Amino acid sequence: MIFSSPETIEEAAALLAADAEARPLAGGTDLLVRLRARQIAPSAIVDLKRIPELREITEESGGWRIGAAVPSAQMNEHAALKSAWPGVCEGADLIGSTQIQGRCTVAGNLCNAGPAADSVPCLVAAGAVARIAGPTGTRDLPVEDIPTGPGKTALKPGEFVASILLPAPAARQGSAYLRFTPRTEMDIAVAGVGIALSLDGAGKIETARIALGAVGPKVIVADEAAQTLIGTTGDDAALDALSQDASAAATPISDKRGTAEFRREVIGVLAKRAAKIALTRAKGDTA
Amino acid sequence: MSRIHVTTTINGEETDFLCEPQQTLLDVLRDDLDMTGSKEGCGSGDCGACSVILDGRLVCSCLVLAPEAEGRSVETIEGMAEGDKLHPLQQKFLEMAALQCGVCTPGILVAAKNLLERNPDPTEEEVRYWLAGNLCRCTGYDKIIRAVMETAADLRGAA
Repeated sequence: MIFSSPETIEEAAALLAADAEARPLAGGTDLLVRLRARQIAPSAIVDLKRIPELREITEESGGWRIGAAVPSAQMNEHAALKSAWPGVCEGADLIGSTQIQGRCTVAGNLCNAGPAADSVPCLVAAGAVARIAGPTGTRDLPVEDIPTGPGKTALKPGEFVASILLPAPAARQGSAYLRFTPRTEMDIAVAGVGIALSLDGAGKIETARIALGAVGPKVIVADEAAQTLIGTTGDDAALDALSQDASAAATPISDKRGTAEFRREVIGVLAKRAAKIALTRAKGDTA
Repeated sequence: MSRIHVTTTINGEETDFLCEPQQTLLDVLRDDLDMTGSKEGCGSGDCGACSVILDGRLVCSCLVLAPEAEGRSVETIEGMAEGDKLHPLQQKFLEMAALQCGVCTPGILVAAKNLLERNPDPTEEEVRYWLAGNLCRCTGYDKIIRAVMETAADLRGAA
């Protein structure tokens, strides 16, 4: 195995394109586990952490670009990012332990394509866009289009996610991520909901996006559920309708972490609770 | 395959080592540098027994490739005491019997030290969450949490 640590995106893309068995390394919290379990045997590892711009969170058109090598702890230390996208940051703050959060990245969480990835639903709800670097340059893709199924992504050979752009938050916007786990820490979501919504000047919900995690082979964009909120004040009737639509949009399986029936039920409850938190935040209150 | 020459700073001292690309930082610390304080519990980032500080961040050294340490700063349990003088956390763990078999203790001490450097006045909940990735199968955690809280109070009093 060859270890390289390029200092530019172009150099990293060239190294990955030259060797189909090479793997990019960001935080390594998934890659190294699989490497050590001998589930993978890459011919080369390309460490992205020596590329300065991939280690930064930078403002862009009122939004925030998160480099692929930014650990989730760094996101949660960034006051402006947390204030703009609290739901995204709280999702990233639930991945593994303090130790894992010192290394793990949202780009890695996305590209690992685990159905229960905690940072992904709120990235999707936020309308985040991944910038993909590859041998022929860069292209942008909505984050929900990166995972295509468990462990599978839309990335082509030689491509890697270089950064993720969170758009400028709307006025009167709130976001939230909630998950269900049997334990409060060090656990994997049985179901998770990310939501981003904004209010108009009169206090009615103007925009809403909801994404469901761990209840399908990949993150589910629950557009119908989001539509039921629009034009309402987020009253109990609207939240009940949201809850039902979220459950209807879920396509869960039964496994050791929960049955399909349980997941379908709990995703609706989580959707309602996450919407309440997002509404509170949109009104400028803390939640 | 030629080995990789890595120059890094460990506990404040510049250190050189040769490693294979797939060796972890934990492998090198334990097997090549004779720093066996960091333990391998799970080898998959779940137990925290191999916790070290890498450029100021608490990480599992089993999930860091050794070549990644080039030019970085690594702090391990071996750097915690000053000669014969134990770190206040180490002293308190002894006084309060916050350990039994001791395998998780180096990782917990490294993690707790990093917490108190960032937050000198943590709540019990903050201590419990911060240490959630350090598994202990002996103590039931209570004595550990209390020892960290008491050390924090002592350090605040001394400051």
